[in-house]
Amino acid sequence: MSNLTEIRWHGRGGQGAKTAALLLADVAFQTGKYVQGFPEYGPERMGAPITAYNRISDTVIRTHSNIYDPEYVVVVDESLLEAADVTAGLRKEGAILINTSRRKEEILPHLKGYEGRVYTIDAHKVSMEAMGKYFPNTPLLAAIVKVTGLMDEETFLREMKASFSHKFASKPEVIEGNMAALEMAFKEVQ
Amino acid sequence: MAMDVTKLGVKAKWKELTEGMIIAGAGTSKAFNTGEWSTDKPEFIEDKCKQCLLCVPVCPDSCIPVIDMKRGAFDYDHCKGCGICVKACPFGAITMEGVR
Amino acid sequence: MAKRDRLSGNEAVAIALRQINPDVFPAFPITPSTEIPQYFASFVANGQVDTEFIPVESEHSSMSAAIGASAAGARSLTATSSCGLAYMWEELYIAASNRLPLALALVNRALSGPININCDHSDSMGARDSGWIQMYAENNQEAYDNMVQAYRISEHKDVRLPIMICQDGFITSHAVENIELLEDREVKKFVGEYCPENYLLNPECPMAVGPYSITDYYMEAKRNQAEGMKHVSQVVLDVAKEFSSISGRSYGLFEEYRMEDAERAVVMIGSAAGTTKDAIDRLREKGEKVGLIKIRLYRPFPASEIAEALRNVKAVAVMDRAEGYTNQGGPLGADVMSALYRARGNALAVNYIYGLGGRDVRVEDMEGVFEALKQIMEEGDAGETYRYLGLRE
Repeated sequence: MSNLTEIRWHGRGGQGAKTAALLLADVAFQTGKYVQGFPEYGPERMGAPITAYNRISDTVIRTHSNIYDPEYVVVVDESLLEAADVTAGLRKEGAILINTSRRKEEILPHLKGYEGRVYTIDAHKVSMEAMGKYFPNTPLLAAIVKVTGLMDEETFLREMKASFSHKFASKPEVIEGNMAALEMAFKEVQ
Repeated sequence: MAMDVTKLGVKAKWKELTEGMIIAGAGTSKAFNTGEWSTDKPEFIEDKCKQCLLCVPVCPDSCIPVIDMKRGAFDYDHCKGCGICVKACPFGAITMEGVR
Repeated sequence: MAKRDRLSGNEAVAIALRQINPDVFPAFPITPSTEIPQYFASFVANGQVDTEFIPVESEHSSMSAAIGASAAGARSLTATSSCGLAYMWEELYIAASNRLPLALALVNRALSGPININCDHSDSMGARDSGWIQMYAENNQEAYDNMVQAYRISEHKDVRLPIMICQDGFITSHAVENIELLEDREVKKFVGEYCPENYLLNPECPMAVGPYSITDYYMEAKRNQAEGMKHVSQVVLDVAKEFSSISGRSYGLFEEYRMEDAERAVVMIGSAAGTTKDAIDRLREKGEKVGLIKIRLYRPFPASEIAEALRNVKAVAVMDRAEGYTNQGGPLGADVMSALYRARGNALAVNYIYGLGGRDVRVEDMEGVFEALKQIMEEGDAGETYRYLGLRE
């Protein structure tokens, strides 16, 4: 299982961290991978910290536990840098991706000395510019695909377009906005 | 398997019961002489009967047969002696111990 | 022709039900099984099935309606979890004792209290003596495959008993994983038409269901019911064989994983079995002779077959995702140990309570269990046989 990629998402209820994990599983599946996308449910309410997970592999995935030493962590809501232990178990050869408008240097002191790569993206800005609404998970999905290198940009955008076209067949404007957010996020992630 | 009601009784072995104790087929209660559940029975006094047939529909056990538009003799094999027919008869053509 | 997809366990079961197109589906929602009737309701709305979907006011009613529908001659089912199952208790026994074939898509969740929405098996384990057939799944694929096979087992003329198709709440019900689906027409053909011999809506032969049985008959009735259970194992195997020919996936009463020369084994039910397989592969790489028996059919319990599979094992850990409050362990522990006793088995056996209320089970946890078994084997003594795994002490 050396090709196994494990990702942990930290978000707050209602921000779409679970949906993002499921979408990532979806798009990875489309490229022929074995996938797992699952949420860890605590209290089901808006704003409560939640965790979601992805396993992506070239071989069958059998383990059904949460992920304790992920290669990648995505922080959907930067207030969780204080509220949750987002770098717990995070492998130093991996990376953390944070949704923030702040500069990387401002974020680093909150990462408990994490030695791996740190990426940021202002998903709020991307989302508002591309879609006119705040859906942080769409830009973060593109950003984590870029950070992990799970697939190239072209494949990712093609598969996402196919997936959106299927899901929002009656709302073409939604597809357009989401695609714009994905493309923009690919460029914006730092 | 369909129920052979003639086999049903306290001597029936477990294999002789139907699956789920279902009873398929109508009118199987005829095969059970529930009339022995009571000792008090109504008595029909034919001379007093005007053939109004009011007693027939009130019998909970359908024990008052009607033949050629006339009420017949009690089916004591199924009559449980409830006495409702005694009350229903306007002409005192049915009597029973303890029922007025 | 199989179709590759990625679905959650709930979606997978809902799709199996769409393909089966049952006659009647009364439903009342409860986490984490709600999605099954939810997805199914959309199939009804889209005209993809012609099922009579009945939203009812409680689980007591959903199971009652499913029973009534089955007695009427319809292929029926419902879905539930946890307290919903507890609220069906009375009806469970009625369905089984009336020998009514029907299905229950159960998504395992802990019973209160403390109130908890996550997975353990306390709900279905409590129903283990109700006369229902119980089948469990490791993942979404197995939940789907078991659902497709359910009616063939339940409706078989030698069986005619209700069947509970169980999967782990959230862990498989809400996790999206790869899956292979059968074509709609393949499932339709495999499941076939339901043609009951007797049913309430048959004008040719009226029927009475659920008659009162006095002491003179009750015991014979229960023994008669047990006869249906005796045929289940063979029917499960026959149906699995036929299923394998259309799906390429083989199923038995339980799965033996790397048991061929295993000295130490774990017996367990559900999603943690996959985690255990990864633990076994790690240990096998180090040359350790470890294996797994994953129960698929729990009721009726394949006791002699399991004892046979454990014949050469020196130490075994039986994993219960439910308490039994016997001061001895859980229900699976009791079943496996009595199977070993009757077969005069020599394995030293311990019983672990694990994963209650969704407590996570890691590969490392299961490696720890095998490590404990090693010690038991070396000492030739099982020590404390009633243990907890993953408990803060």
